[in-house]
Amino acid sequence: MINSEIWKDSAEIDGIIGRMADELRSLIAERAIQAPLMIGIHTGGVWVADRLHEVLELTEPLGHLDISFYRDDFTRIGMHPQVRPSYLPVGIDDRHLILVDDVLQSGRTIRAALNVLFDYGRPASVILVTLSERDGRELPIEPNVVGLHAKLEPGEQIKLSGPHPLVLLRGQSAKTSSAKTDKTSAAPPAASAKDEARR
Amino acid sequence: MKTGHQQLDGQGNLKHFLTIEGLSRALLVEILDRAEGFLGVTQQAVKKVPLCRGKVVANLFFETSTRTRTTFELAAKRLSADVLNLNISTSATAKGETLLDTLRNLEAMQVDMFVVRHASSGAAHFIAAHAAPHVSVINAGDGRYSHPTQGMLDMFTIRRHKGDFAKLRVAIVGDILHSRVARSQILALNTLGAAEVRVIGPRTLIPAFAEEALGVRVFHELREGIRDVDVIIMLRLQRERMTNALLPSEHEYFQLYGLTEERLGVAHPEAIVMHPGPINRGVEIESQVADGPRSVILEQVTNGIAIRMAVMSMCIGTQNIAMQADGKTDGEPNG
Repeated sequence: MINSEIWKDSAEIDGIIGRMADELRSLIAERAIQAPLMIGIHTGGVWVADRLHEVLELTEPLGHLDISFYRDDFTRIGMHPQVRPSYLPVGIDDRHLILVDDVLQSGRTIRAALNVLFDYGRPASVILVTLSERDGRELPIEPNVVGLHAKLEPGEQIKLSGPHPLVLLRGQSAKTSSAKTDKTSAAPPAASAKDEARR
Repeated sequence: MKTGHQQLDGQGNLKHFLTIEGLSRALLVEILDRAEGFLGVTQQAVKKVPLCRGKVVANLFFETSTRTRTTFELAAKRLSADVLNLNISTSATAKGETLLDTLRNLEAMQVDMFVVRHASSGAAHFIAAHAAPHVSVINAGDGRYSHPTQGMLDMFTIRRHKGDFAKLRVAIVGDILHSRVARSQILALNTLGAAEVRVIGPRTLIPAFAEEALGVRVFHELREGIRDVDVIIMLRLQRERMTNALLPSEHEYFQLYGLTEERLGVAHPEAIVMHPGPINRGVEIESQVADGPRSVILEQVTNGIAIRMAVMSMCIGTQNIAMQADGKTDGEPNG
């Protein structure tokens, strides 16, 4: 991302994550879920999951997923340079999972993450949590809990910087289409009617 | 013989993997890092990832090898590729078809990768030089020259146990002269910056001018050579060397160069013991050591699959980038 500026600073992010935690707590209670297993998607999703995990005081250790081996564009553009092993602290068969990512755009990252999870086992359910969603969906995937709705201008992107402090950056995307491209860097399609911030 | 440049595309990505010679330290580290990710695949209920789905890998083994061929096959299958195992000794080349005609036929079957083992040094380079542009070649061992994936799986095993290469003393024991494994290990250790590489063996099995040519220290006495080392790599003794009068007998070889529990005592207390397999028990190594707590020999086999997955996926990824550059596909980013 080039010419980026701070869009949401760390204090704002803390407030957003606090509200997400409240909403997630209510959802867990509503569904009567016991001992959910939280899993963050590398890299930004792990940062957000780490905060939520702490606020919610979840008992199970935090898991993390690297979806690089499951990207649907590997056959086109090769592999990401940085691949970290996924880590799931316990078996996921029949467990209720909370999957956390930073920015939801096309939905392809979440699709890949679900594929990874189902290669580890068969969860009872998956709740999707994202810090931010933006226009540009290409697959029918919607989060259960979302902190921000972003409406961006053509050529704009948002990116989470972290882990300390957590800051959302907003700016013009660099013109690149390599495998190293940040997952939020695609030029968005026509602007949607969604408001920038829900709260 | 071309080395590094033949293996890389214009952007420095790995297109073929023929030898460690000429490859940068950064690229070797990238292979090791990627293999770390693939180790985790074995923790999954479904031990496969979809990276090479739709790709076809042909194992061309002109020389028999069960272990290497099996690990390449398993690596390709864990990447979701389709695998052809060609037993060349009973196939078309034995009926008079030239090697290049065999290659052309396989390319016509849309094979994307050749994994080649051959008794002649340079065979993998030859095949890479004549393969179609969209095909990658991986050397699974050629003559005395190179066995790069074995070299890298050994580096991977060392790094997982010892971490930083810069502090390591590594001893390689046995038939250095004829060993493509030793040559690949030495090249990799030197590139990765190992503090000291020693080779140990009888004079008949150490190349002349080894110190200058290979950048190693030469020892002819085992106890002296393994003193204080962090890693001991025992090489397989090729039994045909006995008949060539390079060695008096297996028994005498073991008396002089066999690794025993008692001799291991002079190495660093936390030294690990490695062997590329298959082991000749009681010739290179006694069973007590091969099966003992310092042995990482079976880990090497497991790590071999991860390394081969890393190399195969990098080469296929490079092909994909080339296809994209040719305008055959688009490059929409994920999200």
